[in-house]
Amino acid sequence: MAMIKGAFLDNIGRVYGIYTGGFIAFIILMAILEQMGVGADTIGILFVAFTIAIYALIGWLSRTMEVDAYYVAGRQVPAVYNGMATAADWMSGASFVALAGGVYFGGYGYMAFIVGWTGGYVLVNSLMAPYLRKFGCYTVPDFVGTRYGGNLARFCAVVVLVVASFTYVTAQINATGTIAARALHIPFSYGVWFGLLGILLCSMLGGMRAVTWTQVAQYIVLIIAYLVPVIWMSNAQGFGIIPHFTYGEAAAGMAQFEAQYGLNPPAEAIPGLSVLTTPHTGPVGDLAQWKFVTLALCMMAGTASLPHILMRYFTTPSVRAARKSVAWSLLFIFLLYFTAPALATLTKLQLLDPSLPTAIIGKSIEEVQNLAWIQNWSDVGFLAVVDQNGDGILQLNEFFMRPDIVVLATPEIAGLPYVISGLVAAGGMAAAMSTADGLLLAIANALSHDLYYKIIDPKADTAVRLIVARVLLLVIGAAAALIASLQLTGILGAVAWAFCFAASGLFFPLALGVWWKRANTAGAIAGMVFGFTAGSAYLYYVYTGGTPWMGLDHLRFGIVGMATSLVAMVVVTLLTPAPDEETQRMVDETRVPTGPAILAAKH
Amino acid sequence: MSGEHAQLSDEARDRYWSKTRSLTIVVLVLWFFFSLVIPWFVSSLNSVTFLGFPLGYYMIAQGSLIAFVVLIFFQNWRQDQIDEEFGVADD
Repeated sequence: MAMIKGAFLDNIGRVYGIYTGGFIAFIILMAILEQMGVGADTIGILFVAFTIAIYALIGWLSRTMEVDAYYVAGRQVPAVYNGMATAADWMSGASFVALAGGVYFGGYGYMAFIVGWTGGYVLVNSLMAPYLRKFGCYTVPDFVGTRYGGNLARFCAVVVLVVASFTYVTAQINATGTIAARALHIPFSYGVWFGLLGILLCSMLGGMRAVTWTQVAQYIVLIIAYLVPVIWMSNAQGFGIIPHFTYGEAAAGMAQFEAQYGLNPPAEAIPGLSVLTTPHTGPVGDLAQWKFVTLALCMMAGTASLPHILMRYFTTPSVRAARKSVAWSLLFIFLLYFTAPALATLTKLQLLDPSLPTAIIGKSIEEVQNLAWIQNWSDVGFLAVVDQNGDGILQLNEFFMRPDIVVLATPEIAGLPYVISGLVAAGGMAAAMSTADGLLLAIANALSHDLYYKIIDPKADTAVRLIVARVLLLVIGAAAALIASLQLTGILGAVAWAFCFAASGLFFPLALGVWWKRANTAGAIAGMVFGFTAGSAYLYYVYTGGTPWMGLDHLRFGIVGMATSLVAMVVVTLLTPAPDEETQRMVDETRVPTGPAILAAKH
Repeated sequence: MSGEHAQLSDEARDRYWSKTRSLTIVVLVLWFFFSLVIPWFVSSLNSVTFLGFPLGYYMIAQGSLIAFVVLIFFQNWRQDQIDEEFGVADD
């Protein structure tokens, strides 16, 4: 398709400009339809269907049979657009759908996710991205396999990558299922398969190239969808157009409502749903600071080791562009993350502040139960209002909600027009789909390139390699959807696990591969095997009811894994001979931006 | 890749790497401060009010995030200078 080749790159600003304008026009059209009396359900379906159709079109236009285009988008993605694509790849269903809800219910402690998921980019930029780009690899195990040599190291990296990414992708497909279930009024288990279909449409034909250009489109949708309701609410509550710098009093005043209504656990808990029991602005409980810092550290190290993010920086034309695009990525990501606490605060205020018409706490149970949004979400089992103390008044600990739905339900809570709900659903879908695409591709590429081509059949020709990659994409996607439909954990929990797995197994072998010339094969293998095993074993221990050691619960097992990995890697490296002359020279070359890539093009 | 790739001497390469490493260390120290030291003192910071926010909450919700963005742009600007000084800027 000529449009997607040279001419496309020259006109990329115009193409996405037109696209953004078209999307805004579509939102306005939907608003007009709503005014004309078109039903809320139809608008929701149109939003989701229209955006997915666009992504699928981009995916089809970007189809390719070239290895370089399939694995690294031909290494010609400009830094700013790679930044957007990375931001969409990064901001998953967890960030879009679950994060503000986590902050709403988890209070200050959950903001460790916000710090972790932004601060991690400083590590990516300082320790990893420019050097891996110089290396010229297609996948993360490609770096491990070449730097340390030998199929065993490569194989270990593939295993860690697959476990971490697969955990992550089930959470994303879970998120697409949640949204599709609500927006399209279909059961969750069908929603999951519907979501998978959309995801595969974007990545099957064009690999990394298709995923890159759809992710840019998805970023534009998701950021508009995230910002609009917050700005709208902020205006309605009198905090101005940009709430980020003015909601301070709302945050500070939350303590007053917390004292007024009391942060008490419910008389009878409802599984899967939460009530508000943690204060909004400050740490609480034993080891609160320690828990915050360890969670943030796990998320940051995980950010710097998750392959679907690192491989985005393989698509830039140069080392410098790789660095630049890390900076742009963080800026685009920052836009959402510094909005999330504002959203959590303003939504909480909508429900708690008795001076706002939308407040429900302290109202009569019957009145609240008759609200349309309460009924809509109660019907799908994501919300409950139960008069447990029998006084006929809704207390704070009688309002049960699944944290994952806070963002999706916010427009309805705040009484915004349905077009905003549709927009948010489309944004959440974009966030979950884009991340799922990146992850599925990371897994399928590692298996097809590193396992099949590099280890099993090095003589395989291009067509076979790319067909294997696509078949794997299908199989892994189906397996992930199957597991997601079982709903084993919440979205945020599964995502935290993925970060901890990646940090346990890959962080030190990757970072020390560049920063410690002495690091050798045996050390790297020990780092991956011991780190990953220790982390997984600790997770199993905590998850099956073991007492967490120093407050390190199942969200923070990466601390155990990383510590083990570092010790194992350093000790084993020092006990075994230094790497040979050639490897040391390779590390030297990796550190300098110019000169030929370590791995030849089209390897 | 740049066509005019000058082969660095071992000595120049060492100097280049030591500058890059120093920059990285500075960046990582600042990163450590904003991501891990500030949360440690959030309770005491919360007694100060900034823009109407409790300061500790503000730093975690916004302040540290802004610091990270600025930090990366700063690092890239400095690294570009170092690259150019040694003639290894690759575009």
